[in-house]
Amino acid sequence: MERRLDVTFAALADPTRRAILGRLAKGEATVMELAKPFNMTQPAISQHLKVLEDAGLVVCRVDGTRRPRRLAKDGVEAMDKWLAMLREALEKNYNRLDNVLLTMEQHKKGKTK
Amino acid sequence: MSEMILKTEGDTHILVTRHFAAPPEAVFRAHTDPQIIQKWLLGPEGWTMPVCISEPRPGGKIRYEWANAKGQGFYLTGEYLELEPYSRIVHVERMHLPDPTPDNHVETRFDADGAGTLMTLRMTLPDAETRAAMLATGMERGMEASYARLEDML
Repeated sequence: MERRLDVTFAALADPTRRAILGRLAKGEATVMELAKPFNMTQPAISQHLKVLEDAGLVVCRVDGTRRPRRLAKDGVEAMDKWLAMLREALEKNYNRLDNVLLTMEQHKKGKTK
Repeated sequence: MSEMILKTEGDTHILVTRHFAAPPEAVFRAHTDPQIIQKWLLGPEGWTMPVCISEPRPGGKIRYEWANAKGQGFYLTGEYLELEPYSRIVHVERMHLPDPTPDNHVETRFDADGAGTLMTLRMTLPDAETRAAMLATGMERGMEASYARLEDML
């Protein structure tokens, strides 16, 4: 389970992949359809899609010769989780910084006494 | 404890604001002095920063390395671009996981706010316009959910 979380986190750490998820949130798309607006080659898009598929965030559908990708349910939740993680990490940092600043101020006051 | 606000701005920016009960000089130092950074810039519980390099001058290097008890780790590198003591820092940074993420351009402002400081952090994502617009769409969806959760807690 933990490995899966790491894989998800690594998949989401890349802005291009988050952007692909953002695009797929609007509806399914083929590699060709994704490559155009992203101004990237199809192999480059395919590589990003493979990472997203391995992480369980994107699924592939077979439609004749087309292979449209769409967001897996986990993909929607993962976008949410990634943001919540960013928010939580920042909040933790700044709460710690509050205490550090308090110590700095007390130290300064002690010196000037 | 002060409330942090995280929101998107335009297609390519993320804006974070937070009040601190200390003057701008102290908050600025806490963002540039490596010995102070090591005490708070740690992210989720359980992580430490065994290596912290911060050279607060234009062109100066930034390198933060995080580790946890399980021996896992990742690092961030960057460079300072502009520094205006004690009101403004501009720098670029990228995460290494271990592949580097594209550069994130960050402007941090420290404005006097009563006896304390209002910090405003503005991240600019490097993506092409379309890509950024899509990212913003995805992020806003997530953020609405986060705000909703926050409101539930209040």
